[in-house]
Amino acid sequence: MRYITYITFCCFLFIGTGGVFSQAHKHADDLKSIQQRKLDHDHDDHKHDHHGHSHDGHNHKHNHGDHGHNHNHNDGDHKHDHKRHGHASGHGHGDPCAHHDEAYDPTGTAIHHISDGNVYSILDAIRIPLPTFLYAPEKGWDVFMSNKFKVGHHEDGHVSHNGYVMHHGSAYRVVTPGFPQEGNHEHDCFTHKTVKDAKGKDKVINYVMYGGKPYELEARSTFDGGLLGGGITSFYDFSISKNVLSMILVALLLFFLFRSAAKAYKQNPNSAPKGIQSFLEPMFLFIRDEVAIPFIGEKKYMRYLPLLMSIFFFILGLNLWGQVPFLGSTNVTGNLTFTMVLAVIVFFVVNFSGNKDYWKHIFWMPGVPTFVKPLLSVVEGMSLFIKPLTLMLRLAGNISAGHIAILSFVGLIFIFGNLYGTVGNGIGTALAVPLTLFMMAIELIVAFVQAFVFTILTASYIGAAVEEHEHH
Amino acid sequence: MIYLISFTPFQPTFGLAFWSLVIFLLFWWIMSRVAFKPIAEALQKREHDIQSSLDEAKNARMEMSSMKAENDKLLAEAREQRTLILNEAKEQKAKILAEAKEQAKAESSKIMNAAQVEIEAQKKVAMQSLKADVGNMALDIAEKVIRKDLKNDSAQVSFVNTLVDEIKLN
Repeated sequence: MRYITYITFCCFLFIGTGGVFSQAHKHADDLKSIQQRKLDHDHDDHKHDHHGHSHDGHNHKHNHGDHGHNHNHNDGDHKHDHKRHGHASGHGHGDPCAHHDEAYDPTGTAIHHISDGNVYSILDAIRIPLPTFLYAPEKGWDVFMSNKFKVGHHEDGHVSHNGYVMHHGSAYRVVTPGFPQEGNHEHDCFTHKTVKDAKGKDKVINYVMYGGKPYELEARSTFDGGLLGGGITSFYDFSISKNVLSMILVALLLFFLFRSAAKAYKQNPNSAPKGIQSFLEPMFLFIRDEVAIPFIGEKKYMRYLPLLMSIFFFILGLNLWGQVPFLGSTNVTGNLTFTMVLAVIVFFVVNFSGNKDYWKHIFWMPGVPTFVKPLLSVVEGMSLFIKPLTLMLRLAGNISAGHIAILSFVGLIFIFGNLYGTVGNGIGTALAVPLTLFMMAIELIVAFVQAFVFTILTASYIGAAVEEHEHH
Repeated sequence: MIYLISFTPFQPTFGLAFWSLVIFLLFWWIMSRVAFKPIAEALQKREHDIQSSLDEAKNARMEMSSMKAENDKLLAEAREQRTLILNEAKEQKAKILAEAKEQAKAESSKIMNAAQVEIEAQKKVAMQSLKADVGNMALDIAEKVIRKDLKNDSAQVSFVNTLVDEIKLN
């Protein structure tokens, strides 16, 4: 009965979080279109007396040109952009770098902030360079620290290194002929263009401007087979990224916490818990008594307890790490790659623990009419893979949604600021602070609930695999 | 206008997968050795110890109460025994006293009897000797009287005889 309550609670949280996320997202988009209309209007007024260059040619550039115009009035980069623009105009091109600083883009910003990166930025001010290991099959490894890119505003690099550049915190490769493949070369801004791919889907292509010409960026390889917009490209990124660094830090933190607790248990074996023990013991006992023992059973739970504890505390640690303000807000547990690895480990542990009864229940369900058996084995066979799949998606979805919701609320400051200037900033802040506060409180609960849900489901899958049936 | 940036957090990358796998497996392995197993065992041991000491305390309490009952019983028994012994002693004393008295009585009566007998015998002996002495004395007296005037007076002879008889009677 208790577990039904837990699961219902989690469902509500999931729906609630999703709701806030989609609302915020939609809201941001609506605001963006209003803002766009306003910008278009402004543009009509100032178009000719401003730069006097033509915006024809690329459709996307036209739009971003609009943002650029608006922004050049109150942007710190004003002069710089003008100079570049002048230079580019001399060649007779429309220079996207003149309009480099776009209007605030909530979606792009949110996704940028929850993505993995090759630099660890704190508040867009402190940039901790990270070891970058890039591998391109035809030319081998490139190992360097990511400050080679001279990372600046928006985590965009200003220098290419051996044909790699940094855009929005991630390393990209430029393979178009003409781009220097060796050494460090200063480059201009980044632009992008939306094109329709073969299936008619919108696809964004990023470019880096170098010597006045755009060069296409190639993202790192992903193994989704194009399903999620990625695919195998010309290079692989094995860097100690922002997420990897967070994992290492959280793992070390947990290691030291638990080691000192373990020492205390060893030194005073039969005394009441003290200090760090009092903090960890209730959670430890909760996972043992409410998760491991009820699902796996008194006899076998000790074998699986370390895995369950590792899953619970690692996910919880990373969830909380991502929630701490001004610590980079890394989104490790909201990253599908990380949850996929956990889900795959769970999949192997469950299926390697499966006893005869477990496989019998999957492939030849006892106690049902024979003609139902093949049907059930199809369903059960599918559920083998669906179980880890849901584990993977649930955790990544929840945590990413939470981050996006908070970022959307923070984004209100900039959205209102873009619409109404300083007054808008004030309105945005007045709205964003209570909403963000509320969302962070929710996310604190979600951090615990999602770690718990992942653990309890893992325990239940293991429990089903090792369960012994007396009858049949 | 609204462009779709591919949702990068959901694109599985080789590098992150590799590092996640390595870090999690290491975390799992090290933590189970350093922390999770020792802590789980320590907790189990502690729970076991707490349970056993509770049980022990309960047993001790039960033992204590049973011991107390036994003590009480022993005490009561001792008390009973004491009264019994005392009573017995009293009885013994009375008996010894009575016996002693009786013996003393018997002894004394025996002594008395013996004394009586002795006295009687002595008395008899004394009587005998007295009688003899008195006879002699009477004879002496009579001799003297007779010497003076024996032939003449018969009345005097009878008077002497009477006197002698009287002495015998005493």
